[in-house]
Amino acid sequence: MAKVLMKGNEAIGAAAIKAGCKYFFGYPITPQNELPEYMSREMPKNGGVFLQAESEVAAINMVYGAAGAGARVMTSSSSPGIALKQEGITYIAGAELPCVIVNIVRGGPGLGGIQPAQSDYNQVTRGGGNGDYKLLVYAPANLQEMVDLMQEAFDAADYYRNPVMMVGDGMIGQMMEPIEFKEGKSRFELPAKDWASVGTKGKRKPNIINSLALDPAELEKHNQKLQEKYDMMKANEVKYETYNMENAEVVIVAYGTTSRIVRNAIIDLKEQGIHVGLIRPITLWPFPEKAFDEVPADCKSLLSVEMSMGQMVDDIKIASNGRWPVSFYGRAGGMIPTPEAVMDKVKELVGGAK
Amino acid sequence: MAAKGKVTFNEDICKGCGLCTTACPVKIVTLDTKKINVKGYHPATVIEVEKCIGCANCAMICPDSVITVERF
Amino acid sequence: MSVVFQKTKGLTDKQTHYCPGCTHGIIHRLVAEVLEELDVLGETIGVAPVGCSVLAYEYFNCDMQEASHGRAPAVATGIKRVHPDKVVFTYQGDGDLASIGTAEIVHVAHRGEKITTIFVNNAIYGMTGGQMAPTTLIGQKATTAPLGRTVEHSGMPLQVSEMLSTIHGAAFVERVSVDSPANIRKAKKAIKEAFECQLAGKGFSIVEVLSTCPTNWGLTPIDALKWLQDNLIPYYPVGNFRRPEEVK
Repeated sequence: MAKVLMKGNEAIGAAAIKAGCKYFFGYPITPQNELPEYMSREMPKNGGVFLQAESEVAAINMVYGAAGAGARVMTSSSSPGIALKQEGITYIAGAELPCVIVNIVRGGPGLGGIQPAQSDYNQVTRGGGNGDYKLLVYAPANLQEMVDLMQEAFDAADYYRNPVMMVGDGMIGQMMEPIEFKEGKSRFELPAKDWASVGTKGKRKPNIINSLALDPAELEKHNQKLQEKYDMMKANEVKYETYNMENAEVVIVAYGTTSRIVRNAIIDLKEQGIHVGLIRPITLWPFPEKAFDEVPADCKSLLSVEMSMGQMVDDIKIASNGRWPVSFYGRAGGMIPTPEAVMDKVKELVGGAK
Repeated sequence: MAAKGKVTFNEDICKGCGLCTTACPVKIVTLDTKKINVKGYHPATVIEVEKCIGCANCAMICPDSVITVERF
Repeated sequence: MSVVFQKTKGLTDKQTHYCPGCTHGIIHRLVAEVLEELDVLGETIGVAPVGCSVLAYEYFNCDMQEASHGRAPAVATGIKRVHPDKVVFTYQGDGDLASIGTAEIVHVAHRGEKITTIFVNNAIYGMTGGQMAPTTLIGQKATTAPLGRTVEHSGMPLQVSEMLSTIHGAAFVERVSVDSPANIRKAKKAIKEAFECQLAGKGFSIVEVLSTCPTNWGLTPIDALKWLQDNLIPYYPVGNFRRPEEVK
């Protein structure tokens, strides 16, 4: 298929439709509005349904209903809207329903701003709502990767019967890049959704979609079952990329569009004789702990570069387990790190320019 | 007088709330205070069965689907 | 001899957790009987709320989804949009529908979503222990209104059927009561009409059912029926508020 030039938010919609998504429930919030707008145009043409809900809370509960009724379904929002959706997300996780949630992250806290940020890292990697649950979280760095991951996101959601989150910062949503919609085969064997509530037709016992278990022993067993599922995700779903790790004096950890800025800084630093590696998590959860085995033993420091105030530092510390010092450089509120600032931080860590 | 109807109580699931006793037009439904069912309640029962007219009012107001009504 | 009344196939054999004399059991049965009589049990998906009827999914003999508090109409919308040919209903109490779920119920009506809502109004929070609801009457005591509800502090009780019948998409709105065999028969007729409205694709349908809460009202089941008649019905008049043919 030929490459087409598309805006990020629209490319997400096109990729979702291509991945078999038939239902979209959303609510307007900047900077992701082009996505529901696109869906309102394109869903009906593809035999699907777009519905603008009265709130983010209603939208995610419509997703719950549709997912429970066996549909491939999606919603999207941006940070404060995702915060509102947390109630529905934990119910979806608890009831083991598949869906894809897109979060085009903007600066916070509170109403925050509408410029790109990565300050939902904790919200998306720690479940976000009440109880012990996890989301499979993808954080693509460019539109092609985002489009490629969309099929995987829907398939993984169905396979694990778990909500999957696609995280893009405002830049991913707003930028235009050439993309190619590739034909590929799913790597998952997806069983029929015989658990869905579609009417018994008088032929079987009722199917019940539910996250309530008043018996503590039963609820504990349910939690253990969920944990087994999350362990499977940890074993099978980790995605990351490493770059320029050989002889790295500093290894930067960065994801999403921030990783692209960091990559430019690494290239410039190399010309100045400073070797800097990059670990780019593609799944934020499960976090790519294995990637840290590639860090040279004599590396001076790990450096988290974020568009947030150090939210990823904890995960880097856990993954590196004391092997190297962990530093941080970040911007917040919609401010974007420059390659120069990243370079300055690296030079500070290696003891000045060479 | 021959009974026109017959009511049967699924005694074990009765919660002894007594709503059925208010609904009977011929006032033959009562709680059996001599009996305690498996739930620990005095279950509903019927006295003077021959007076039953099979109107099903008792079953209509029963919150627990305890009562089956037949008509001759 | 013929059977004129027996337990409907629309209910499972599970015994309910409801307190003795709680009229939830009657309302469950009426809904189940209607679904059985319309021969749609195998085509129905119900949505249970949070509140006393949180376990309704164990009692209705059809596919069910358990919603979060107040969100049943949104969940039902998701189901109905996926399966427009199925029968979808929500079963909600007055805390669920008239307090935390007001946005969802107003907008499901506003969209004319082709679902049916059974709204059980007993003027109190039952499951959590008798707290004040938006529907609690003036002067009525509740565990969070120990001296009784006042207008100054909490406003007048919310009349949901009156409010919803101002919304264009609400094709069928009726308030009924289950305090006597005669009223129970009327309630069943309204519930049937509501589901028929859905089957005919006319729009949103809701039946508000005045119900008792003997435990939290502090009354015997029989006295609770009397209290409903003397107090709830005067403020919440029973009757039809809207039929599809009246929607302009």
